[in-house]
Amino acid sequence: MSIFVDENTKVIVQGLTGGQGRFHGLRNRDYGTKVVGGVTPGKGGTDVEGIPIFNTVKEAVAATGASASFVVVPPKFASDAIIEAAEGGITFIVCITEGIPAHDEAVTYNRLVEDFPGVRLLGPNCPGIISPGKCNIGITSGDIALAGGPVGIVSRSGTLTYQALHELSQQGIGQTTCVGIGGDPVPGTNFIDCLAAFEADPETKAVMMIGEIGGSEEERAAEWIKLNMTKPVVAYIAGVTAPPGRKMGHAGAIISGSKGTAQAKMDALRDAGVHVCANPTEAGAKMVAIVKAM
Amino acid sequence: MDLFEYQGKQYFARYGIAVSPGDVADTVDEAVAVAERVGYPVVVKAQVKVGGRGKAGGVKLANNVDEVREHAGNILGLDIKGHVVRRLWVERSSDIEKEYYASFTLDRPNKTHLGMLSAQGGVEIEVVAEENPDAIAMISIDPVRGLDIETARRWVAEANLDEPAREQTAELLVKLYDCYTRGDCDLAEINPLILTPDHKVHALDAKVTLDENASYRHPEWEEFRADEFEDPREKMAKERGLNYIGLDGTVGIIANGAGLAMSTLDVVNQVGGAAANFLDIGGGANADVMAAALEVINADPKVRSIFVNIFGGITRVDEVANGVLEALKRVTITSPIVLRLDGTNAVEGRAILAPHLNDHLITEPTMIDAARRAVALAK
Repeated sequence: MSIFVDENTKVIVQGLTGGQGRFHGLRNRDYGTKVVGGVTPGKGGTDVEGIPIFNTVKEAVAATGASASFVVVPPKFASDAIIEAAEGGITFIVCITEGIPAHDEAVTYNRLVEDFPGVRLLGPNCPGIISPGKCNIGITSGDIALAGGPVGIVSRSGTLTYQALHELSQQGIGQTTCVGIGGDPVPGTNFIDCLAAFEADPETKAVMMIGEIGGSEEERAAEWIKLNMTKPVVAYIAGVTAPPGRKMGHAGAIISGSKGTAQAKMDALRDAGVHVCANPTEAGAKMVAIVKAM
Repeated sequence: MDLFEYQGKQYFARYGIAVSPGDVADTVDEAVAVAERVGYPVVVKAQVKVGGRGKAGGVKLANNVDEVREHAGNILGLDIKGHVVRRLWVERSSDIEKEYYASFTLDRPNKTHLGMLSAQGGVEIEVVAEENPDAIAMISIDPVRGLDIETARRWVAEANLDEPAREQTAELLVKLYDCYTRGDCDLAEINPLILTPDHKVHALDAKVTLDENASYRHPEWEEFRADEFEDPREKMAKERGLNYIGLDGTVGIIANGAGLAMSTLDVVNQVGGAAANFLDIGGGANADVMAAALEVINADPKVRSIFVNIFGGITRVDEVANGVLEALKRVTITSPIVLRLDGTNAVEGRAILAPHLNDHLITEPTMIDAARRAVALAK
């Protein structure tokens, strides 16, 4: 099984007629994802390589029965696009947009929680989600993932997600689902959401978690793992050598005062029984060893 | 982007928050001119983006023109924790009856806004939080609803601010929240917020961090940018549109993706080296981007080797390889380059580089191997 999406998930792409939307939307369809429509205001009635375009999410959902949306629009339109998706009946929204102001993210997140409690937002500023062989929504290259499980991956970083997939796939270890939660300060979906879903998924036997400096989501995840997780977890935290007070590329990756350091996160995870590794390669090797011993 | 105090005060003033009358000065004569204009006594304050100015001798009271000359002369050029003072803020000195603390920031775990208010200002809030946490009144603000004056009044009472300060502070907090949200701050902090003997409340300091992601809707931020970088390497990188942070080591780093770039720094450190920089070239690593990245790193005299760490996802490794070769035609790179290329079209990418490899252009199969090689070359 997979989490959040599966082979039947019908997806619309908000921004399919744009350069990026077209590129990734078609790539997702080529992977086998059921990309059933696109939404661009004013372009309803046209199509992108056979994928029908609608003016609104509501029309797209009515015509296609889609439950998921892939939001790939510029930062200044992203918040409205996310809310439109929720209002239009979408229950799983993946937003890859990088550069959304933090206050917009905070407002959007809380509007979803208050007005659309059944909706899950993944991202913004994330690589998306891939369940190998079933569904790929986002920008992950499908050929570095391997179907058949048994590992679930959850990561705050895009390229390190690819690195993790690569380390496992090369050794013949497949993945149930790989979720990129994104590097922004207000992620719609957090580590705990994914860990809980992996814990509940019978096909996922172990979880690889990739965190980075900033915030306290890894520490909260550690608490959760300690109390609830029965499956083995391997973790890697990027940014041990990052200087305090500087945003390391991601808007959320910043050490403020003594908070958010990689060391504090690694200590908390170790304390929760997680296998904490020094770099992505070691994390991959550790996971391979755990799976092979099962 | 962190603002200097004077920029923070200018920003506060836009949102109607009271600050002391004052102006910037880059020379002793300018400092005197400001002091004559605003009236004595004045406070001469070093403009550096680091705490602990007062202890370092960067904040002085001046009662007359001679004292302004003396203090301005001493403070300009002063080194405060590695930050050299190039600019002063000179403002009319305020009589202080009470010092408070007020700030707004994002509460990441709760995904709400966090307001902090304390009747014990003028000292580091971290110290108050440690020694007397009850002295800080915190409120969680729903970003959808915002902060209204009624809530602010209750909050001020809860923080036990002195009676004469309460109504003015409540009004100021609503303005500060407006500055924080509409002004797109990551942090808006006043420490100290003061009550004067004649019962006026105003901001005596300003600590503001702006959210770069919101710069598209703030053309007024442009004036802050001129003084943004103290590190010339970062200035050069910014001009070329690169996501770069200068560090102290000898291994120049180029990686795609923020997470991988951070991880590259860590791995270099694990094998006994130290990175000269953080540089994330993002998704499109064409020749222009690669040339710009190599140029910036090449200009750093401390760099002894360059580690290019690429995992192709959307980025195609063959394009990266062509980018490197193209860049080498345009820029003469003095340090050896070690590449680790993986992911989309890695085989094609390595093949493109194969005929050009020599002791200044090296490939390694894994991230760790490449880190070891780059570190060895930097010794």
